[in-house]
Amino acid sequence: MERLVVIGNGMAGARAVEEILERGGRDRFTITMFGEEPYGNYNRILLSNVLSGVEDEAGIFLNSLPWYEENGIALRAGVRVERIDRFARVVRADDGSITPYDTLVIATGSRPYVPPIEGMHHPRRGYHQGVFTFRTIDDTRAMIRYARDHERVVVIGGGLLGLEAARGLQQYGVQVTLLHSAATLMNAQLDAQAGTILRRSVEHLGITVEVGARTAAVVGKDRVEGVRLADGRAIPCDMVVVAAGIRPNVEVAALSGLPVERAILVDDHMRVLDEPHIYAVGECVQHRGQTYGLVAPLWEQAKVLADQVTGRDRTAAYHGSRTATKLKVAGVDVAAMGLTTPEHDDDEFVVFAEPRRGVYKSVIIRDDRLIGATLLGDVSKVGFLMQAFDRGLPLPEERVRLLFDLGGPAAEESAAELDDGAQVCNCNGVSKGALVSTVHSGVKTLGGVMDATRAGKGCGSCKSLVAQIVEWAAGGAVEEDPSATWYVPGVPMDKPALMAAIRAKGLKSVSAVFDALAGGREDAKSKMGLVSLLRMMWGEEYQDERGARFINDRVHANIQRDGTFSVVPQMKGGVTTPAQLRRIADVADKYQVPMVKLTGGQRIDLLGIRKEDLPKVWADLDMPSGYAYGKSMRTVKTCVGSEFCRFGVGDSTALGIAIESRFQGLESPGKMKLAVTGCPRNCAEAYVKDLGVVAVDGGRWEIYVGGAAGAHVRKGDLLATVDSPDEVITLTGRFLQYYRENANWLERTYSFVPRVGIGRLRALLVDDSEGLATGLEERMTAAVAAYKDPWKEGADPATPGQFRTALPLLPLPRVPVREGGQA
Amino acid sequence: MTANLVEYRVGAVAELPVGEARAYAVGADTVAVFRLRDGSLRAVSAICPHAGGPIADGIADAEVVICPLHQHAFDLATGCSQTGQPPLTVYPVRVDEGELVVGVPAAAISNLVPGAGSTTGVA
Ligand code: SRM
Ligand SMILES: Cc1cc2nc3c(=O)[nH]c(=O)nc-3n(C[C@H](O)[C@H](O)[C@H](O)COP(=O)(O)OP(=O)(O)OC[C@H]3O[C@@H](n4cnc5c(N)ncnc54)[C@H](O)[C@@H]3O)c2cc1C
Ligand code: SF4
Ligand code: FES
Repeated sequence: MERLVVIGNGMAGARAVEEILERGGRDRFTITMFGEEPYGNYNRILLSNVLSGVEDEAGIFLNSLPWYEENGIALRAGVRVERIDRFARVVRADDGSITPYDTLVIATGSRPYVPPIEGMHHPRRGYHQGVFTFRTIDDTRAMIRYARDHERVVVIGGGLLGLEAARGLQQYGVQVTLLHSAATLMNAQLDAQAGTILRRSVEHLGITVEVGARTAAVVGKDRVEGVRLADGRAIPCDMVVVAAGIRPNVEVAALSGLPVERAILVDDHMRVLDEPHIYAVGECVQHRGQTYGLVAPLWEQAKVLADQVTGRDRTAAYHGSRTATKLKVAGVDVAAMGLTTPEHDDDEFVVFAEPRRGVYKSVIIRDDRLIGATLLGDVSKVGFLMQAFDRGLPLPEERVRLLFDLGGPAAEESAAELDDGAQVCNCNGVSKGALVSTVHSGVKTLGGVMDATRAGKGCGSCKSLVAQIVEWAAGGAVEEDPSATWYVPGVPMDKPALMAAIRAKGLKSVSAVFDALAGGREDAKSKMGLVSLLRMMWGEEYQDERGARFINDRVHANIQRDGTFSVVPQMKGGVTTPAQLRRIADVADKYQVPMVKLTGGQRIDLLGIRKEDLPKVWADLDMPSGYAYGKSMRTVKTCVGSEFCRFGVGDSTALGIAIESRFQGLESPGKMKLAVTGCPRNCAEAYVKDLGVVAVDGGRWEIYVGGAAGAHVRKGDLLATVDSPDEVITLTGRFLQYYRENANWLERTYSFVPRVGIGRLRALLVDDSEGLATGLEERMTAAVAAYKDPWKEGADPATPGQFRTALPLLPLPRVPVREGGQA
Repeated sequence: MTANLVEYRVGAVAELPVGEARAYAVGADTVAVFRLRDGSLRAVSAICPHAGGPIADGIADAEVVICPLHQHAFDLATGCSQTGQPPLTVYPVRVDEGELVVGVPAAAISNLVPGAGSTTGVA
């Protein structure tokens, strides 16, 4: 076996290895991959999505660790190669290891370029506190952590990365100012007019943009306090993100005597100049004077490299990529290829601009060939344009047809127009042909095709085109993604069907459901949702299986980052007594509770309680659970109301307590947080609660539903205005029960209410248009009757060791049996 | 493939509820032992490689356990993460006279314990 060593476990390195494996490399090479980042291989492009919170880290990994093992690849993650000895044919790594190779592939990518700006660095800790770059998972994590508790961020650089960073960081409530030294945004890809329109769209997102702004210094003594521009202006901020471009990682190559200019020099075979055994691929290479900063070219390079390394096709050659980029930047579709502005007087230049809608399209034609195009906001024609650009296809006489589909079924056209080789997803290098054959191989859902090919899982700008192609390939026979409507991933049914089946078959435990409805196949991810549903449906008849519950619901407390728990006793309506406070204080002393905190839900949180102490803490508190841990009815916040407040027009405290007493602890698809406030000044924030009650003049009460002020902010919709507290309680019961029975798992009321529609909810719950009311009330009454304070379990645990620590705190008694013996 | 193995009796299997896990100190390690619904046992390191979460508090099915802190999933048989985390160590576990017996390999860990695959480092 030959030894193949790869330096760099990024997108190009990993892709090259995949291509090599596809060409039978598994039997030919023993492969070792070095990756400085201590992770498997992930899709760097998706860091933008991780930053903006639309994707979680787990979702962006391309090759799982098992993949490396299955393919016999020794992954040396977290290990940096420091030197290549070309003569001895070994690489030396920072862990002291020396690894011999027969063939070496260098794929070290790039790192952020940080301009020499005064105050950027800090004598002791590399960058100044509060200064970040954007390249790796770790960078992304660090930014997220820091943005959470800071207010104003300045992003330096108005290119792809800067815009993505600016957009992403907004999710954390920071004010974002974007500084760009050139006159227009993304000037590398866009002409001036397009750049100006893009700027408008970006500013509409609430991002402040300063162009022609050169950053002279980062100011602030031990943490960032602002930046100073060359023109003297000062911009205060407590966080700085530098996205001023990238530089290829060539140090190792240069140090080892390989030919390096701006990047590592390679020939058309992706072989390092004059190095028979060393190849290079990705952003770290310079080919025919060109370096690339986008993934599309890497895919082409990786193929050629694999053909050469495996000897599959010695004639394979890379001739450079015509950089046609298609991206989603800060939510705006952008496509650009070739020239951005005409060069000769007889170049045809066709432009359409609609700044208000943020749309801009231009094409540049020379001798009847497309030599440049820019699309902004509407990229529906990008498919054809890219091909025309690549292959010099004949162009329609009516040039405007290059910019618009004039009549005719657009979708089919562009989907049919494309030929099989055309790359649809640039992020993951998926061609139309690959999509079509996947569909023909029997995958008939969009999601299925996307999973199988990874198409559309990058920046997402190609999703619509992928959808069109799948539709076209399936000849209209596209199937809906069934799983999208399932209540939980492990049982193939939507909620109504699932509830019907559960009732029909009388399934009262989670395992019973798996046995009867999922072919006996348990699914951990589905358990929590099923527990909630079964408890809601069967009340006292539900057969408990502790293992099926999330830890919080096994021990009736909220697990914390360190594995301890938080205890939040019930404090109805946020009203307490000196006696209660004394007891809480005593408990806090007795168990040396690390933190006692007033919660946003108007009660008191004892944080950092050890699992094994929970029963004792509950016993000493002698207060019921506040359910601060469950997907259940949480709190009813109140204000002082008419009893004390000079503006109060209703006794909000009394009503709040009454509501909490009735509906306490009910499990539900998502948390239910309520509030009652004594007048429209809304001190109890009732407008932004799952259900909020507002006392209005004349002894009447308004009931709002579907409000939120958490990750998502929404004012509730007015369900009804009623004359008495009793009516409030009745309608609240109907609404909560309807939500419990009809909302999807983890669907908060802020999405449920708009989904069903407030009009329909009024008809069903207030006017009782379909006669559901009585049923809802009966089932709610039953649920209320089944309420038991879970903290009573402290006295007699539900399972052995229910409250035993799961942490390596106290070593348990242990008896060695015997030495030796076999596994 | 045999190797030196130090085995420890850690507690009565009856004290380990079906479908749940408990953490035990085994030699120098802390091990989470799962009793699956089909009655079979799995033993993996009790501390999540992601951020130290308590694996014994996770939800499990026949194949995986999901850490309660950030929902990373680990294969109970191999210890491998399905979500790009470093693997959990897997330990041999058996029942002897109603007692859980967990083995800690004294040598040749990598070929005895899948998942602790030597080279994966902190991937
Ligand atoms: C303790 C508390 C913060 C505080 O110190 O004030 C808190 C703590 C947590 N909140 Fe909260 N939330 C707390 C009030 C709120 C509020 C304000 C309120 O309840 O009036 C909100 C906005 C209202 C809402 O729910 O929308 C709130 C919106 C969230 C969200 C976002 C929910 C959403 O979909 O928008 C999450 C995340 C989630 O639920 O997935 C969350 C999740 C959490 C979790 C459970 C995260 C977790 O799973 O560990 C935190 C548990 C810490 C612990 O163990 O105590 N918490 N959280 C508050 C407890 C209230 C109580 O007494 O029960
Ligand atoms: C936030 C973000 C968004 C992006 N969005 C897009 C987009 O929408 N479209 C697009 O086309 N492109 C996008 N890109 C660019 C794209 O990610 C890169 O073109 C691509 O990742 C380059 O792949 P690579 O393998 O050459 O480099 P990398 O992916 O950076 O991989 C290089 C790897 O080698 C490792 N390494 C370096 N030196 C050593 C050493 N001495 N020893 C061991 N390991 C080493 C590094 O740690 C790194 O893991 C984006 C990039 C970022 C950061
Ligand atoms: S308490 Fe709520 S807001 Fe604070 S960190 Fe936890 S989840 Fe986030
Ligand atoms: S600690 Fe286990 S998933 Fe984060």
